[in-house]
Amino acid sequence: MGACRLCLVEVAGIPKLLPACTTKVREGMEVQTNSERLRKYRRMTLELLFAERNHVCAVCVANGHCELQTLAYSQGMDHVRYDYRFPKWEVDDTHPLFGMDHNRCILCSRCVRVCWHIEGAGTKNVSGRGAKARIISDLNQPWGTSDTCTKCGKCVMSCPTGALFNKGSTVGEMERDRGKLEFIVTAREKKQWIAE
Amino acid sequence: METKPAADTKPLLRLATAWFGGCAGCHMSFMDLDEFLIDLTAKVDVVYSPVMDVKEYPENVDLCLIEGAICNEDNLELLHKIRERTKVIVSFGDCAVTANVPAIRNQLGLGNAESVLQRAYIESAQNNPSLPGEPGIVPALLPRVMPVHEVVHVNHFLPGCPPPADRIKALLVQVLEGVEPRLEGNQLKFG
Ligand code: SF4
Ligand code: SF4
Ligand code: SF4
Ligand code: FES
Repeated sequence: MGACRLCLVEVAGIPKLLPACTTKVREGMEVQTNSERLRKYRRMTLELLFAERNHVCAVCVANGHCELQTLAYSQGMDHVRYDYRFPKWEVDDTHPLFGMDHNRCILCSRCVRVCWHIEGAGTKNVSGRGAKARIISDLNQPWGTSDTCTKCGKCVMSCPTGALFNKGSTVGEMERDRGKLEFIVTAREKKQWIAE
Repeated sequence: METKPAADTKPLLRLATAWFGGCAGCHMSFMDLDEFLIDLTAKVDVVYSPVMDVKEYPENVDLCLIEGAICNEDNLELLHKIRERTKVIVSFGDCAVTANVPAIRNQLGLGNAESVLQRAYIESAQNNPSLPGEPGIVPALLPRVMPVHEVVHVNHFLPGCPPPADRIKALLVQVLEGVEPRLEGNQLKFG
């Protein structure tokens, strides 16, 4: 995918930093995953993610269970040096079971990939470019009016942030069972039904 | 904590705390320092704080913990004064560090100050709907709520909503020992 630039690594002999997720491993490749330089860029990228939308952890469903938040403190991010953009984004609460808060979305597209490739419903998509890019349902309509969504909840299980949540969850309550996705994929690909 | 004899000769650290656009939760968390507050009295002289009756921010302050986002003209004026008169400023809690909940009004764009006042004092008013206005007494809202470091240079950041007492203590102990404070891992968690 290479969308978020958080997995940047140093490869000996290549001056550019490369995203690990789109770089093929080679025999004898020398890879650094945690240098001073990488930490510096990773922190900058994280700060930009925080500045781009509205992340108010104190009142977020994912507070304490958020991959973005965890990554930020593990990389020593004690404040954001860029001016926050404070964009205006909506919350889509039209679905009977789930909600989508665009304020918290980092456009990692996990929800899109899981919806297409694991559920096979194809409800979620990315629309627009740059700062206007956003996750949509079907033909850019309220999620609750989607004809394709099977209400499987896989997108909610995959989301790293507070952007997708079970309805009724309040601050800090949105814990996800990522293991369920792994279980389904392992069962399908290896015909092994391994529950945790 | 042990008190070495030499500590008696060391001048007390002049400590201030200030309260801008925040819920006072960070100050409550400071009170949660419990018995460490007693140790602290041997090492610091609290010269200004919302829990004391001091009207004017003093000169030559060593350390100031600032709670809250910068929301109105009074906040702005006092913040500049604090920066001029203080060696080390700490952004104390998420509202100071990120502008947090008070800055949600920024999402309404320019003119948000009018719309929030309208909502709070006219639309939701049960009695006497009217906008508060008393020049020189009620400070005007800024067009945009800002984190402290967007206005003045901040020396250290203490995130958390509120920062738990042990996190406050960790930072204070390092400052009192004269080392560059460093918080790591989930000591830096927002929210
Ligand atoms: S999504 Fe994560 S980083 Fe963003 S506000 Fe929620 S808890 Fe904080
Ligand atoms: S609930 Fe399932 S089908 Fe509906 S959008 Fe999410 S992943 Fe796709
Ligand atoms: S998985 Fe969550 S954060 Fe990632 S694109 Fe979808 S809604 Fe946004
Ligand atoms: S760019 Fe590789 S995980 Fe995001």
